[in-house]
Amino acid sequence: MNKILLVIQREYLTRIQKKSFWIASLLGPILITAIYAVPIWLAMQDKEVKRIEVVDESGLFQTADLVDKEVEFKLVKKPVADLKANFAKEGYTALVHLPKDILTNGKDLKIYSEKNLSLSLKSSIERVIEKKVRAVLMKEAGIASEVYEKTQVDVGSETVTVSESGDETSSSSGGAMILAGVMGMLLYITLLLYGSQVMNGVIEEKSSRIIEVIISSIKPYQLMLGKILGVGMVGLTQFLLWIVLTIGLSQVASKFYQTSPIQQKMEQVKKADPKVAKELNDASPMAEVTKVIESTNIPLVVGGFLFYFLFGYLLYSSLFAAIGSAVESATEAQQFTFIVMLPIIAAFMMAQFTMQDPDSTMAFWASMIPFTSPINMMVRLPYGVPAWELATSMTLLVLGFLACSWISARIYRIGILMYGKKVTVKEMAKWLFYKG
Amino acid sequence: MILSIQNVVKRYAEHTALAGVSLEIPKGQIFGLLGPNGAGKTSLIRIINQITAPDEGQVIFDGELLQPKHVEQIGYLPEERGLYKKMKVGEQLMYLAQLKGLSRTEAQNRLKDWFIRLDIKDWWNKPVDDLSKGMQQKTQFIATVVHEPKLLILDEPFSGFDPINANMLKEEILGLKERGTTILFSTHRMESVEELCDSIALINHSQVVLTGEKEEVRNRYKKDEYAIKFSGTLSDTDDFQVVSVDDAGQSAIIKLTQADGTNKAIAALIKQVDLQEFKEVVPSFNDIFIQVVEETK
Repeated sequence: MNKILLVIQREYLTRIQKKSFWIASLLGPILITAIYAVPIWLAMQDKEVKRIEVVDESGLFQTADLVDKEVEFKLVKKPVADLKANFAKEGYTALVHLPKDILTNGKDLKIYSEKNLSLSLKSSIERVIEKKVRAVLMKEAGIASEVYEKTQVDVGSETVTVSESGDETSSSSGGAMILAGVMGMLLYITLLLYGSQVMNGVIEEKSSRIIEVIISSIKPYQLMLGKILGVGMVGLTQFLLWIVLTIGLSQVASKFYQTSPIQQKMEQVKKADPKVAKELNDASPMAEVTKVIESTNIPLVVGGFLFYFLFGYLLYSSLFAAIGSAVESATEAQQFTFIVMLPIIAAFMMAQFTMQDPDSTMAFWASMIPFTSPINMMVRLPYGVPAWELATSMTLLVLGFLACSWISARIYRIGILMYGKKVTVKEMAKWLFYKG
Repeated sequence: MILSIQNVVKRYAEHTALAGVSLEIPKGQIFGLLGPNGAGKTSLIRIINQITAPDEGQVIFDGELLQPKHVEQIGYLPEERGLYKKMKVGEQLMYLAQLKGLSRTEAQNRLKDWFIRLDIKDWWNKPVDDLSKGMQQKTQFIATVVHEPKLLILDEPFSGFDPINANMLKEEILGLKERGTTILFSTHRMESVEELCDSIALINHSQVVLTGEKEEVRNRYKKDEYAIKFSGTLSDTDDFQVVSVDDAGQSAIIKLTQADGTNKAIAALIKQVDLQEFKEVVPSFNDIFIQVVEETK
């Protein structure tokens, strides 16, 4: 036992002392923050109003009909061919051509632009035109414009989950999905990352030939276990650093966001009109985050994450260790790593569907089978999972880990002493039955 | 006996590495384990180190059945030896010493002594990557002996050593023997066998084909041949036969017809020639090795 601790200590300390560990620990949160902060920042920058030229052959539109928050329309009466050549030079983002028969043939609307239009700009233009066309059609059908205005209602829902005991929590499907996606991704990356670290560690020991000295002091399974646990602890340390640093960085980022001119303007608007203030609050990303935090069982999700990371990692890294023991170089390992990576990749792909429908049959089985359950159960967890399913999945994962580590230890003890021989999967299977 | 190997059999999928090997290794000796490549030496060494287990037979270490606690009393320098390249020399040796059961402080004290002794004090914080091959060999040797094992197993210890380091290693080995360590020494280099070993065992085709004390083995392979220097003309007599004469006709090898017939042979010789030198031809271990391996093909 003491000797396993020594191995864990060595594996842990040599990795923690590496520069690359600290670079990854620092860059990780910066990247995570950047993934969220950059789009927000870009959105803040991208508030200039787009100018659009409109040629109206139908004659239905007046300047007053063409109003949008983000787009400035200008009606012009020139041939389309001339405008097409010049709109970009004159600083217009796009040229909209309304055909004569826009009322009967809405699909003939054409938008010319130099670059591909963003989806939001395209839909803004379409929305404005649709609104006018609909109003004209309504009028032709004998519906007064006041009546039409009244029918423009805005439906917004608040989703509420009701537990069996009748407790209601305001839930956030969008938020749960983001949380599920982030955790699935994190597990996927870390399983691959730390699994291959274990494999490379084994290859290093074998190819540098230190292995024979080490196993004359301790049993091969002790060395394997110590290595896996040591690298696993490096993983946990990295998570801890990521969490602390991400929280720290996002605090800084949100401060920056709050003091930005747009946010200040919003605050002014909020003060002026309480109704607008409520709407703005509901729509802001911060409100969504708060909602997710309120509606999620944080201890369950964090605990679940640690459990599934730990046992998922143990299961896969023992297989990676077995592969490392059977080969002599990282290049030789590639053909075998694919076999182990396949279920991880499959699990990640299944998780995309699990996220869409966390209660489907596929999602259920994907979260039960030990090879796919770490990622898939973690994706389901934020949506709520029955206790018995969680317990079964966890039990199966632990059993799966025990089986895999038994198989791996048997391959490992033979593999580390095999040199100068190209190993096949069939041969590794034979090693399972070799005696001491 | 520090080590008693009794009828050990080890089979692998395609071949038998050891077919009923028995060996007695006395305490305090340097014991040479000889044999051609693939004879089964490494398999036997791995069993003694408990890296693998025998399929049949048993190993008795210092009066007890070999068991995991004994790894702390055995030091092993494998033929293919390596170190963690990125680790510092001191850290690495601390790790290896503690794996052999030394406490932190004990390991530190003993390593410091060794560093002073081999005059490598400033290596402690050097990464192994920066060491020359000779320096790495010194490091590996320290790792093998730092826990003061009762039994030291050296597999081709001199391979790759330059003459200065080889000499240092030889001195250290002899010093360890003086302090009571038994050394099991596997090698192909017969000159180091002649120089260092007290006893030998020769393994060929998974079996022990020759074992005994060095001088006793040598005597067994004596052919009653003598090298002589002389002037005159030499021919066969009843007491000896001429095996070979050199081109100048000044020296020759003769073989006695009777094992104890040296006096008779000398008497016969001085009748024929003016005898200047008369010396027994002692077989070298190189010759014995080749002869025995050929015989047991």
